[in-house]
Amino acid sequence: MTAATGIGARVLRTEDKRFLTGTGRYVDDLPLARATHAYFLRSPHAHAKIKSIDTAAAKKMPGVVEIFTGKDTADAKVGGLICGWVVKGKDGQPHKSPPHPVMALDTVRYVGDTVAMVVANTADEAKDAAEAIKVDYDVKSANIDLARALDKGIPEVHPEAPGNLIYDWEIGVKADIDAAFAKAAHVTKLDLVNNRLIPNAMEPRAAAADYDKGTGNYTLWSTSQNPHVLRLILSAFVLGIPEHKLRVIAPDVGGGFGSKIFCYNEETMVTWAASRVGRPIKWTAERSESFMTDAHGRDHVTHAGLALDKDGKFLALRVDTIANMGAYLSTFSTAVPTYLYATLLAGQYTTPLIYANVRAALTHTAPVDAYRGAGRPEATFVIESLVSKAAAEMKIDAAELRRKNFIPSTAFPYQTPVALQYDSGNYPPIIDEAMKIADYKGFEARRAEAKSRGKLRGIGFSSYIEACGLGPSRVIGQLGGGVGQWESAQIKFNPTGNVQILTGAHSHGQSHETTFAQIVSDKLGVPIEAIEVVHGDTATTPFGMGSYGSRSLAVGGSAIMKAADKIIAKGKKIAAHLMEASVADVVFEQGTFKVAGTDKAVPLGAAVFAAYVPHNYPLEELEPGMDENAFYDPSNFVYPAGTQICEVEIDPDTGTVEVVAHTAVDDFGNIINPMIVDGQVHGGIVQGVGQALMENAVYDKATGQLVSGSYMDYTMPRADNVPSFKLGNKVTPCPHNPLGVKGCGEAGAIAAPAAVMNAVHNALAPLGVKHVEMPATPLNVWQSIQGAQPAAAE
Amino acid sequence: MYDFAYHRPKSLADALALLKGKPEGRVMSGGMTLIPTLKQRLAKPSDVVDLAGVKELAGIKVEGNNVVIGGMTRHADVATSADVKGAIPALAYLAGHIGDPQVRNRGTIGGSIANNDPAADYPAAVVALNATVTTNTGKHAADSFFKGLFETALGEGELVTSVSFPKAEKAAYMKFPNPASRYAMVGVFVAKTAGGVRVAVTGAGPSVFRVKAMEDALAKNFSSAAIKDIKIPADGLNSDIHGSAEYRAHLVGVMARRAVDAANK
Repeated sequence: MTAATGIGARVLRTEDKRFLTGTGRYVDDLPLARATHAYFLRSPHAHAKIKSIDTAAAKKMPGVVEIFTGKDTADAKVGGLICGWVVKGKDGQPHKSPPHPVMALDTVRYVGDTVAMVVANTADEAKDAAEAIKVDYDVKSANIDLARALDKGIPEVHPEAPGNLIYDWEIGVKADIDAAFAKAAHVTKLDLVNNRLIPNAMEPRAAAADYDKGTGNYTLWSTSQNPHVLRLILSAFVLGIPEHKLRVIAPDVGGGFGSKIFCYNEETMVTWAASRVGRPIKWTAERSESFMTDAHGRDHVTHAGLALDKDGKFLALRVDTIANMGAYLSTFSTAVPTYLYATLLAGQYTTPLIYANVRAALTHTAPVDAYRGAGRPEATFVIESLVSKAAAEMKIDAAELRRKNFIPSTAFPYQTPVALQYDSGNYPPIIDEAMKIADYKGFEARRAEAKSRGKLRGIGFSSYIEACGLGPSRVIGQLGGGVGQWESAQIKFNPTGNVQILTGAHSHGQSHETTFAQIVSDKLGVPIEAIEVVHGDTATTPFGMGSYGSRSLAVGGSAIMKAADKIIAKGKKIAAHLMEASVADVVFEQGTFKVAGTDKAVPLGAAVFAAYVPHNYPLEELEPGMDENAFYDPSNFVYPAGTQICEVEIDPDTGTVEVVAHTAVDDFGNIINPMIVDGQVHGGIVQGVGQALMENAVYDKATGQLVSGSYMDYTMPRADNVPSFKLGNKVTPCPHNPLGVKGCGEAGAIAAPAAVMNAVHNALAPLGVKHVEMPATPLNVWQSIQGAQPAAAE
Repeated sequence: MYDFAYHRPKSLADALALLKGKPEGRVMSGGMTLIPTLKQRLAKPSDVVDLAGVKELAGIKVEGNNVVIGGMTRHADVATSADVKGAIPALAYLAGHIGDPQVRNRGTIGGSIANNDPAADYPAAVVALNATVTTNTGKHAADSFFKGLFETALGEGELVTSVSFPKAEKAAYMKFPNPASRYAMVGVFVAKTAGGVRVAVTGAGPSVFRVKAMEDALAKNFSSAAIKDIKIPADGLNSDIHGSAEYRAHLVGVMARRAVDAANK
């Protein structure tokens, strides 16, 4: 029974029935009687003083119910949005924390900043009225260019952050590093831009809110990855609605990639205004609003250096990064370029000395926060670009140089010089397997064949490490995180034997409904059809931290295992009673309690029935019912690792890069559903290829207008941009969680950019091209080739 | 979008009658540009006259040495037409590479050339094949039809009824798509017809243009080698985040050579 649906089975996704038949239920689908519709008027300027806002004419427009401006929210003492992670700088002081009002008060700070909220009977009427609002702006010069954001004389985004500096943070000992670089046989230096990305979830952000005057209860439906945390933030910091009076529901959500973790002003305003207008309010972002106002990702400018001895052993790594925060600090923005970035700079290697200096800068652009991988793709890109460049400079095979520096399998648990302690791993077999799958030996023949067709073929490696499964709450607290990072689960049997798994995690594409059901099916021997996974509603599920950072299985799945253990323990007592045996003699196998050495057996279903109809039941010592809760707080992060090998062909006449082969071998620990894991890897690689070759959020450096504000100019990767991927896996089970699992959600996006860019550089090396910035668009590659040709000819 | 009155006439005469006296009225053929424009509130027509029901404007026929395509003929129909594939395979190829399947099943040849988007594909074919554009009021030669950025020779109340393409001895279209939109960043249509050799470029400039130097060289020797040293000046070409004017100028050369090679196959 469990073989087909248990751990390790390629079970088809149970949630797909509704998604593929158009019966998924998203926020915008909600039928809310008497609903009004909100439209947010947004700033057309990157930086301006608001001299006046005149809503008089707009308020008279047909269908308008109410119009709110920043003054209304300030008068009502609506709190600002918060940044939930305190990062302390070199000076020991917490990061600068400029205010983040839910609507602009006297200044707009990026194109898309919210100026007014119009509530009307229809969305079109709200939009019509917004056009009639007269805003008098005094346009100021803007700070757009990240590389110059901290320079003297650049316009300041907030007076609370002089010089646009949010923090100047470091990890490691700089003096040790400088000494190591001074005596190194070889130093590889690299200047890198990690391009800014726009998340582009398929479903735009949406919010709907209702206020019940009779009870004083609010309900907010939101496209959230973490409804409990959203409620906590709104209650405790922003709106002051007590938690028990605010229900947050995140129904089906069409993708998030991090961008739906954060607490945004629109959902805040919709909730606040619902009680003011006395009718429900709905809002769904238009796609162009998503481009402008979803928290963007990445956006680093980095100078890095790797010191090596004459044999290629890494001696020291030095990284200097400016990270873009945008115009306001989003919910987890400060942690991304520090604790999710610099602490990963050891990668898979024994580099003994690492120093990183990270300065977070404000700019007049949309807020920047976690996006699939969050800090770890940026770290991997720095390390793996440096390693491949060092290999090329020292004429050492790129795989050989990596292997020479891998942390040996005997060294785990391995303490890195940048705080993390890797729990498990075995890296050499991963790269060996990847090279086998990718036919590394045959590459030169493929390169020669490509050359005969006028194409430049290149190969690139990326061996990544990831710390995910956030995380041990004590460590998170020590690092400045404002919340715990455990997860909750409840396994609730019904009297007839079917099961509800209630989880504090949230699925918005991750397939929890299938994966979590497989765990319970396997552990308790219940058929998967008899299991329902419930998530996303603060009124029905236990408080949980939500889904991000590849944590749902490692932390949420572990909580489910703990709850299942409690079910088994209780079931044993019931079964012992029914079989008139000692509890110590009862074993649980494939869904049945047995007394070893006898033919006595009680199926779990019978024990469950007895628990709900306790006519023959040890009521003196055992409560009725079969409903168990568990909270799981991990003792460490989990550390998935892997190697990707990318092969590209470049058309030197046009600069077009084609990914012709892409191999990924990962160690995700034990795997629950290989099909779902493959899907996660595929999606991640495509996002990584997108970052490497296509995607780029471009602001006009003078005006701060978002040039890549639609699909006409923001290049999304499509199915025909990638080959069929070749995947493999190796397993070192996680030693500290009960499933032995690591996370798989972000790995593809973490490793792929470096693999692709290393392949691009490898392909272009014969032309004398030294460096191509991400994304390697046709224009960018062609210009790099043009720039290199005179040098090559010398 | 703003409100407007929607009309769906069944004949060209009815369509023209509906448009009369409505200076803010707009004709819609496939709507592939008009509808996004309306959705973004960038246009506020009083009336939209949808030609989808005007059957007389759609269809493909071969008349002597010409392939005549009705103004309301969808790209997908041109791409799959046996007549077009037989007479001018390059034209079928071009139509089959416009946008995506949804666009090809809505967008029309008449709408495309009347809009004259600088990145549209059809203008390159119309000019390179020296087609004749027929309207409800007369005929336009290809060279005088496309006037500039989103500008044509069409007058007030004038609709494209058909486009007549002379058969080509050799022809090919090569497009370098914009990576994001997949419109033509540079598209070059090369054709050798009874009237001579023509090279028409779309996407690179504000409107479709011919490259005389290439035409002259190819007239003498129809091979890519004949044009390999011809440089296209970057002056006046489009420039954006996807391609500088210099890059576009370079791509005109690359795409032209590839088109000639394809035409010779």
